[in-house]
This record gives sequence, structure tokens and C-alpha cells, in this order.
Amino acid sequence: MVSEAARPVVTTRPDDTGLGARIDGSAIGDSIYRWMTTAFALGIPILLLFIAIEIGAAAWPALKAFGFGFLTSSDWDPPHNIFGAAPAIYGTIVSSFIALLIATPLALGVAIFLSEFAPSWLRQPVAFLVDLLAAIPSVVYGLWGIFVLQPLLRDHVMPLLSAIPLLGQTPLFEGPAYGPSMLSAGLILAIMVLPFISAVSREVLMAVPRSQREAALALGATKWEMISDAVVPYARSGIIGGIILGLGRALGETMAVTMLIGNVHKISASLLAPGYTMASLIANEFAEATGDLHLSALMAVGAVLFVVTLIVNGLARWLVWRVSREGQS
Amino acid sequence: MSLQIVGTGNRERGTEAPRSVGSQFPVPDSRHPGNIQAKDFSFWYGPKQALYDVSITIPARAVTAFIGPSGCGKSTFLRSINRLQGLIPGARQTGAIELDGENIYSASLNPVSLRQRVGMVFQRWNPFPKSIYDNVAYGPRINGTASRSKIDEIVEQSLRRAALWDEVKDRLRQSALGLSGGQQQRLCIARALANEPEVLLLDEPASALDPIATQKIEELLYELRSELTIVIVTHNMQQAARVSDYTAFFYLGRLVEVNNTGQLFTTPREERTEAYITGRFG
Repeated sequence: MVSEAARPVVTTRPDDTGLGARIDGSAIGDSIYRWMTTAFALGIPILLLFIAIEIGAAAWPALKAFGFGFLTSSDWDPPHNIFGAAPAIYGTIVSSFIALLIATPLALGVAIFLSEFAPSWLRQPVAFLVDLLAAIPSVVYGLWGIFVLQPLLRDHVMPLLSAIPLLGQTPLFEGPAYGPSMLSAGLILAIMVLPFISAVSREVLMAVPRSQREAALALGATKWEMISDAVVPYARSGIIGGIILGLGRALGETMAVTMLIGNVHKISASLLAPGYTMASLIANEFAEATGDLHLSALMAVGAVLFVVTLIVNGLARWLVWRVSREGQS
Repeated sequence: MSLQIVGTGNRERGTEAPRSVGSQFPVPDSRHPGNIQAKDFSFWYGPKQALYDVSITIPARAVTAFIGPSGCGKSTFLRSINRLQGLIPGARQTGAIELDGENIYSASLNPVSLRQRVGMVFQRWNPFPKSIYDNVAYGPRINGTASRSKIDEIVEQSLRRAALWDEVKDRLRQSALGLSGGQQQRLCIARALANEPEVLLLDEPASALDPIATQKIEELLYELRSELTIVIVTHNMQQAARVSDYTAFFYLGRLVEVNNTGQLFTTPREERTEAYITGRFG
């Protein structure tokens, strides 16, 4: 009897006053929230647009002066106001490519080990250590590269590469081993992008449903067949996403590369020879650029880097889209 | 396609079947491969015991259904027959499960080759994100069938056996994920059949399907029972009654009763079986 009497009091009160007021309040709150999030979301493309316009405007004098030759010429002569960015463009692409070539299999191996083979007591600590690689400042990588990696490469690895029959005779490993080189820059980049690729790959591998693993095992697959036929293909588009993330980082990395690549305006086929990247070029010369055309040329390098990054990302995204569509349609 | 929707299951075999005597019944059908015998099989997840001394004979060329409330151990036992459950960390077992007289838990038996002989279909259909053809061809390919024409032949035959061929023959190269749920589940059955298994385990294969897709699966099991041993776990007692020759009732990790499906549902020997099938718990 007591509860019967009490119930109407409890249910009517919020209906009459509180709940009605709450609906009005939340309608206003909803619209404020919607406008705010819309503004934030629009802010990003607007910002991007402004950056593009600003860089484009600053780069225009140099691009007008040198035209398409800016992309193909190797002459970079600030005193005579002659600028061609081909070695830097080449260096950015080649060093990033070397980085991915080395980092991708390693990172995938780490990710597969951690998600499929590692006992649970080992998984967390190792994953943490690999992720920690991403937290090291790039100038520290540069120093380590100069004092540890570069001497090691120069004294032991590079002579070995040149000594490989056939491959060592190709232009790829030609010439004396100084130390500062495309190879050492690519290698340091590989170490730097590895945690990105491996962290993303590990997450997507661990997200592969148990039902997919069981499907393969129940058909008589070995553990290796299960991983290579069911787990990795299922995670494929996510893994490619991780590689893109690493690539984006490699293309834009400045400090460590500047310290290791040798900073020479010359395209060399040999990976043992020094080179240049777009980011290094800007970092090295911006403070000392006095002439207007020099400054504009550096901005043009920035614009090219911007466009190369967009193109590479676009290509990679298209690849992901195609790969994931293949599995579904 | 002559599925008899009858409440008493045990069809042509019913009258001459011997009276059940504990775990001695049903008896193995020694004329065909694929007889399963569990002997005092117990299973633990870490410290928690999930199965207690299960002894049962699952005869070849028949459908045996496992029924029981959730958590009674029926799925654990089913998944122990292809050693899939043993992959869970901390899992261990005692006793034996014999497939045609050979203990599947003996050290000399490779679980990979066991699973080629004992196929499995899961509650939630799980085709690979590949083409229909590649899904069915997966088993034969990893198990060493290299000839293309042979694989073509196996794929067609398996899809026919799973009553899916006519629906998919014109789109074998399209993704399996474009099929309906019921079709995907029959594709999974075809994929399991492509290995030519002696035993087919089904873990609630129709519980997520609509009635029409369910009926197709049940008709399929009815057709397949003349070819191999079929073990099905189901929550649905009507389904057990419709498709199975024998029914085993599990409760709290123990095998309570196993009998001809008709007899189990009409004259259960155990009090708990009767309580369950009449809906007093579960």
C-alpha cells in the first residue's frame, strides 16, 4: 500500500517540471554543440587552404623564374640566384622508400610476434618498448646516428655491401664509403617509422575476430597458415594504413636526416653517396637566406614537399580503398 | 528434400533400436569410419572444471545432437572433438576421445591432420573475405591438392553437397561476404566438406538464422547424415528432435542421458532430462 501511494509522486514530478525544462535546455545545448563541432571540423580544411595559399604565394616568384626546370635541375647556387630542387626531391623520395623497405617487414614481424606468438607476460613490455621508439626526439636519433650508426655502417656494413658479388658491382653500392649517405639516412628513418607501423599493425592484427582464426584452424591450417592466410589478409587494409602513417612521417622528417644525409646537391645512384632532402634543405638554409629569390625558392621546395606528401598519401589511400573493396564486393 | 518434421526424430531406426544401457548406447557403426568414443573425458579451463567424466559413443553415419542449458559443457565437448578448445591458454583435459579407436589426444596425433578429418561449422558464419571459390578451395589447397582441375571438381562437388551450387555457380569469383547469412553458413558447410571429413561438428549452426534458412540447413544435415558423422550442438530442442538420430543431454558439465532422439524426448530416464525438455528450467 505504501509503495502504491508513493509511486505517482515519484513519476509525475519529473514529467511536470524537470523533464520538460531539460528538453528545452538540451535543444539549445544540442545546437550550440553542433555549431561548435562544425566550426572545428571546418577549421582544419580552412587552415590547410591558408597554408597552401600562403606557401604558394611565397613560392610563386621562384616557380615563375625557373618554371618546370625547378623540379628537374640539380643546380642550386644561391650567390648566382640559380635554384633547382631535383636532388632534394629525389632524396626525400629515395630515403623514405629505403626506410619503408627496411621498416615494413621488421615492423610486421614485431606486430605478428606480439599479437600471435608472444606469451602475455612478454607482450605488454615489448609493445611498450617498441612504442617508446616513437617518443625519442629526432635530434637524439641524429646524434646516435652520427656517433654509432654511421661509423658502424662506414666500417663494416658498406664495405660488405660493395663486396657482394653482382649486387656490389651495380651503381647502387658504388663509390667510397664516407658515412654520411642516403643509406644511413634511410636506415635512421626506418628505425623512426618502425614503431608507427608496428603499433598500428599490432592493433589491427589483434582485432581480427577469433572466428576467422578458428575458421582456418578448423580446416586443418597450421598456425603459420592461419596467420598468413586468414589473419594478415583480414588485417591488410589496416596494415597498409600503418605503412602510410610511417611514410608520412618519413617524408617530413627533418632533423635526424639532416644530420646523417650529408647535404649535397647532387643526385647519385649510389646509396653510399651523400644526398639531400627537401626538409633538410629548408632547415639548413632558411635562416641564412637573404635574397628574395633564395627565400622564394625555399618556399617552393616547401610547396613541392607539400604536394609530394599529398600525392603519396592519395596514392596510398587509393590503394587501401582498392584492397578493402577487393575483399568485400 | 524429404525432411520429416516429426517430433519423434528416430525415424526408420526407431523400432528396432535396442534399449539404452548407460554409455553402451548408442553403439558404434563399425562398417563406416567416423565413430567417436569418449572415455571419462574431463576438461578444465584453468582451475574451473567444465566437463566431468563424459563417456559417450557417437556412431558414424548418424546425426547426434547435444542439448542442454547454457554453460552445460556441450560446446566445450564438441570443440574438444577437433581439439580446438585445447588451444585456450590454461586448458587441460583427462580421459580420452577416440576417433575410430585412436585417441585424438595422444601425443603422436597431429591436431592439424585431425582437423582435416573432423570439420567444423560455427554459430556465427565465418567465411574468409575472399571469393566463394577461394573459400571452398582453401582446405584442399593447404592440405596439398595442387591440381587446378581437381580443385575445381572439389569446389563444385562440395557446393553441391551443401545445396549451394545452383545459387552461386555464376558468381564463384565474387566475394563470399556478398551472400546472405544462410548462404554464408552453407558456404561454411561446403568449405568444411571440401576436406572430405569423416566427422562434421556444428556448433549451433542455425541459431542466428531466420526460419527459412534454418530449414535449409536442417534439410542439408538430413541429406548429409548418410555420408558422414554429424554432431550438432543446439539450444533448440525442436531442432534436435527434427534432425537428430540420437540426442545427448548435458547438464552442469555432465552427460546426463543419451538415447534415441525419440525415446529421449518421449520417455526420458532421468528426472533432470524430463525437467529440461518439458521446459521447467534452461
